[in-house]
Amino acid sequence: MKPASDLSRRDFLNATATVGGGLIVALALPGATGASNSAVAAAARAAPAGAAAQSGAQLNAWLKIARDDSVTIIVDRSEMGQGVYTALPMLLAEELNINLDVIKIVAAPVGDAYINPGNGGQVTGTSNSVQDAWDKLRLAGATARTMLIAAAAQRWRVDPATCRAESGTVVNARGKVLTYGELADSAAKQPVPKDVKLKPKNDFQIIGKSRPRIDTPGKLDGSAEFGIDVKLPGMLYAALAQSPVLGGKVTDLDAGTAEKMPGVRKVMITDGGVVVVADHFWQALKARNALAITWDPGPNVRLDDAAIRAMLKKTAAAGDGLSARADGDAAAALKSAKQSLSAAYYLPLLAHATMEPMNCTANVKPDGCDLYVGTQVQQIAQTTAATAAGLSPDQVRVYTTLIGGGFGRRLDIDFIPAAVEASKALRTPVKVIWTREDDMTHDTYRPPAYEEVSGGLDAAGKIVAWKLHITSPSITARMFPPVKGVDDSVIEAAVNNLYDVPNLAVSYSRQEIGIDVGYLRSVSHAPNCFVIESFMDELAAAAGKNPYDFRIEHLAKKPRQRRVLELAAERAGWGKAPAGRHQGIALMEGYTTHVAQVAEVSIAGGDLKVHKIVCVVDCGQMVNPRIVESQIESGIVFGLTAALWGDVNIVGGQVQQTNFNSYRLLRNNELPELDVHLVDSDEAPGGIGEAAVPLVAPALCNAIFAATGKRLRALPIGRQKLS
Amino acid sequence: MTTITVNNQMVKVDAEADTPLLWVLRDHLGMTGTKFGCGMALCGACTVHVNGAATRSCVLPLSAVAGKSITTIEGLSADRSHAVQKAWLEIDVPQCGYCQSGQIMSAAALLKTNPKPSDADIDAAMSGNICRCGTYPRIRKAIHRAAELLGTGAAK
Repeated sequence: MKPASDLSRRDFLNATATVGGGLIVALALPGATGASNSAVAAAARAAPAGAAAQSGAQLNAWLKIARDDSVTIIVDRSEMGQGVYTALPMLLAEELNINLDVIKIVAAPVGDAYINPGNGGQVTGTSNSVQDAWDKLRLAGATARTMLIAAAAQRWRVDPATCRAESGTVVNARGKVLTYGELADSAAKQPVPKDVKLKPKNDFQIIGKSRPRIDTPGKLDGSAEFGIDVKLPGMLYAALAQSPVLGGKVTDLDAGTAEKMPGVRKVMITDGGVVVVADHFWQALKARNALAITWDPGPNVRLDDAAIRAMLKKTAAAGDGLSARADGDAAAALKSAKQSLSAAYYLPLLAHATMEPMNCTANVKPDGCDLYVGTQVQQIAQTTAATAAGLSPDQVRVYTTLIGGGFGRRLDIDFIPAAVEASKALRTPVKVIWTREDDMTHDTYRPPAYEEVSGGLDAAGKIVAWKLHITSPSITARMFPPVKGVDDSVIEAAVNNLYDVPNLAVSYSRQEIGIDVGYLRSVSHAPNCFVIESFMDELAAAAGKNPYDFRIEHLAKKPRQRRVLELAAERAGWGKAPAGRHQGIALMEGYTTHVAQVAEVSIAGGDLKVHKIVCVVDCGQMVNPRIVESQIESGIVFGLTAALWGDVNIVGGQVQQTNFNSYRLLRNNELPELDVHLVDSDEAPGGIGEAAVPLVAPALCNAIFAATGKRLRALPIGRQKLS
Repeated sequence: MTTITVNNQMVKVDAEADTPLLWVLRDHLGMTGTKFGCGMALCGACTVHVNGAATRSCVLPLSAVAGKSITTIEGLSADRSHAVQKAWLEIDVPQCGYCQSGQIMSAAALLKTNPKPSDADIDAAMSGNICRCGTYPRIRKAIHRAAELLGTGAAK
């Protein structure tokens, strides 16, 4: 995802003014009760009757204040557990001077004001929601606060400089008070101020504090509304039959039995397969399983793991591909090095396996389409639905629900068209739900990678040459074509190699594998960090040095990164593991966040036990440290699952993993001790949703090497012999 | 028509006898707090209490719960005042939140029979509930906290 545009401060103010002028004024409702972020409720409010009944004023694209003093914050990133429904409002609330408990959240519709310049669209991904919002939402809050003060000063006929904003009110020098609710209408008519000052860090009352998540209460009593929970009057349920061989197509359909089953309303062939619509989901599912479908398996019918690996290796052997970085002359330095070594690493396909399976609810009406979906890409969801419905994009209203796990899976839109096509055909709302098996066998998988790496050491054991050649499919070429040159999402953590190496080459060869690959939490940071941090240990061993000391020796120019590594070693008691236990270390910079991990393991009878993972994180300034901490814990668990068991196998073009019994995820009883430490920092905020994931595999494999002398160059660990 | 008791209310359900309780709750009764995760009793997202015991509703046919008393996340308390809900709020357990109804129902069932569970007890009772976001460390903390709240009478 590359930046397509840069939202300047002036653009921001223009967008603010335009939107404030009524473009999305029907979005938010003051005094809404029930689930504060219900997509269905949002749609009801957007309807003409709902719009007429509402009161209050929209001060800019992200903020509406109602006469009852409730504040609605329009959040333009999707909440999928990473905490944007809390962190983003906190940024705005800091400058607006309001308490968090008056805030209601509404998911943003599709709108230019909501484009994330870092991702080139209205996209929640690449861990940059806070980075994008950091100035933008504080500015939105400060601008609105200034307008509220101006409105109060006007009413009191005093100088605005004699008034101040305090906990949702404006107070003047004589102690008079007006609430934001009382001021909202006239504030919206004030000119948008051009120069507002943002608070310095020392004045922060909200930012940097561990405040409770705004979305937690609804997640404790079943009232939180995920896409799968959307319920509309007259709604029917649908199950989808998709080609067992990835990429196959329907050639013949006998729906005779299915159509006669209880509750079945329609069986139809859609873009993604055969959809069965019924009164209830169980009926739709049973009827789907009674369909007799003949599939043309298409070109993948002979595809398997060995074929995929062979394709990648063949392309890797054909040449170094495109250069992503070339410092000095790595090839020459390798030749003249005192000692050199090479290794090849292989990373498997992985599934996203979100707990909420893919689903989508569409309501196609004569004048447009309402789409209720857990999506990370509102604009693409809109155009996808428009195409499926035969409408123009502006006729599709996207209502983003809470997301029961994204991890990049919901950057794709393959679960949208069938719902739209079925709703259009039946002229009633339709919800399509994928089963776990559908979800597991029709994911857009984390691509495999074959990586060849070479390193050269001088007589003192310092790295003089480093050459890394990555061969892998390009996700970006599939999803956001065209890609000119090297796909940035393939070379992460490699192109910004942290270590002091005078001659360094990173290159990429693209090799597609015939099936769709997608962005998975931490994307190429995971494979590349695994290779780099494993190979650093290989080089350390060749140099006869301690892996920690060896890294420190190559971080002379990187004090911030060096600091997290030192802290991790200190907290883990590096080199002082209890008897029978062994440690491994890893370091990475990603999402402008710096992370170090130390894993502590033991191995008995070939069985690995992970005892402890220490993780030190410097992500710059934090909005909500408690959320940062939980995201780091989350990333470690995600990385641990992938490192231990993550593997998607293909036989005859079909994915072999079908449910949680064959695609194993870490469980409560398998959790090692976690020690997460956040570094206090004044640096600009970095991303935290993905940064901890990639280090787990190399830290573990380095610990396994320390324990056994065996170097694992392929994942998952559970498929390798440890003794 | 099958008669079941859900959250202390007797309801008549018009669904085929093999319909899993999960879909009866979600589609027929509109109670969507109980989640669909795997359909094979592998992940625990659909956990409810049947006559007080934590049960996976995705593989439990309607015919098997006729006349039985079912408690869902919506009926655990009227106002999020159950000790587990209070502890979950205090520790800020949920991330995406999708699995949390099941986690909470499993934890509540554990505390009913074992008001002071050890880490090992928690492991045994909670290993059937998968959380892809990895809220496990907080779940463990929150169960201990809920036990404390129960012990001091600060919650029911």
